[in-house]
Amino acid sequence: MKQTINFILNGEPVSVEVEPHLTLLQVLRDKLELTGTKEGCGMGECGACTVLLNGKTVNSCIFPALEADGKSVMTIEGLTDGQGHLHPIQKAFIEYGAIQCGFCTPGMVLSAKALLDENTKPTEEEIRHGIAGNLCRCTGYLQIIEAIKAVSGQ
Amino acid sequence: MKKFEYLKPHTLDEALILLDQYGGRARLIAGGTDVIVMIKQKEISPDVLISLQEIPDLDRINYNGSLSMGPMVTHRAIEKSEIIRKNFSALTDAVDVLGSVQIRNVATIGGNISTAAPSADTAAPLLALGARVKLKSMKTERTIPIEQFFTGPGETVLQKDDILTEIIIPKPLPNTGSAYWKHQRRGALDLPILGVAVLLSLDKATVTCSDLLCTASPISTVLHSLEGDEVFCKEVRIALGVAAPTPMRAIDAEKLLRSKKISDELLEEVAETAAKEAQPRDSIRGEAWYRRDMIKVLVKRMAMKSIERVLKPEETVFPVRLW
Repeated sequence: MKQTINFILNGEPVSVEVEPHLTLLQVLRDKLELTGTKEGCGMGECGACTVLLNGKTVNSCIFPALEADGKSVMTIEGLTDGQGHLHPIQKAFIEYGAIQCGFCTPGMVLSAKALLDENTKPTEEEIRHGIAGNLCRCTGYLQIIEAIKAVSGQ
Repeated sequence: MKKFEYLKPHTLDEALILLDQYGGRARLIAGGTDVIVMIKQKEISPDVLISLQEIPDLDRINYNGSLSMGPMVTHRAIEKSEIIRKNFSALTDAVDVLGSVQIRNVATIGGNISTAAPSADTAAPLLALGARVKLKSMKTERTIPIEQFFTGPGETVLQKDDILTEIIIPKPLPNTGSAYWKHQRRGALDLPILGVAVLLSLDKATVTCSDLLCTASPISTVLHSLEGDEVFCKEVRIALGVAAPTPMRAIDAEKLLRSKKISDELLEEVAETAAKEAQPRDSIRGEAWYRRDMIKVLVKRMAMKSIERVLKPEETVFPVRLW
């Protein structure tokens, strides 16, 4: 039986009818057509589907859509200011070559945001701990770590 | 993914009624990081999921010497709790290396032990900390030691109409330290080859060394150069994960150490006994002989780490580094 869920998506209230077995990722991509969030493994291992739920990172591919009801969700589309200006984390990723194929990037950037929101000056170890749930097969992570350090002014 | 209904009761009683009503067709869901994956992998196929997210207070942590946690406390909440870090360190060690931040933000301690994977990271620390769990159905409510909770891989004493409602860790004796080591190949997002948790209560928290440099040395050196000062073990619990079909206590090893004077040699003997007691199996992650060998190494190290956390609390390093 379909149910209606209401939540704040990238700052705007949305109301969407969903089947109870859908994941948040399916609702974001297929119903709301926000395809910035990627599906990698689909099992909560790779972090490509990372979104922020009430400011905390979650793997949307294994998160029941109905649990987003009443919450606030931020996807990579919500990170820019709407005028086409990139977020400082996105700028740093470009500047430091922290992107190659780009598939892990939306999730990685959101994990970086959640980390920096909580800890404005993370050590390298804390950065590694914070992004451990986001696999990147291109960069070898070093550029990503450099980019995150740069955003935090280190 | 298979279709299912998704129910969100607002009270525990409502959840118990639903569980009773649907019987084996329903499955409880907490964070869902196990349940949704198991449905996707076609290991389970419930018609109904009953979510515990909307039930108030199940995510509470209460501390008044002893610790009470609701089943919906996330691993992230445990990781961030200074009280748990300080008083129940083995549990912090475990959640620090469990999954990823994304997983820890939603996965719960109740879910971790109810799934009852032999590799469940919080199981061995809870055994070492002497935890008890409260189980509630419409008819009964009972509290049992966590040793009796696990009955096999993926199996627990939970009946289909039971809900795990509370995890209680008793107040530790004075001068108690505990530590858990997850032996894994990667630094994160891995399952343990072996999990070793130790809790030790000492008869004192300060010692005098004959050697001035002693306090800066590893604990084994400290134990060697005590100045007529002897350290006794008042209480000890040793717990192993992935060392038997269920998380287990190494009872014989504990007996060897309880009420004895602690020495390097005795700890070695204790670790060897624990290795003999374990019943590890060959699996894709490691062979039985290797697991046994590592139990010898890690039981001793976790005992040392526990002693270190009593004698040198200010040096306690998180996330865990062995030395």
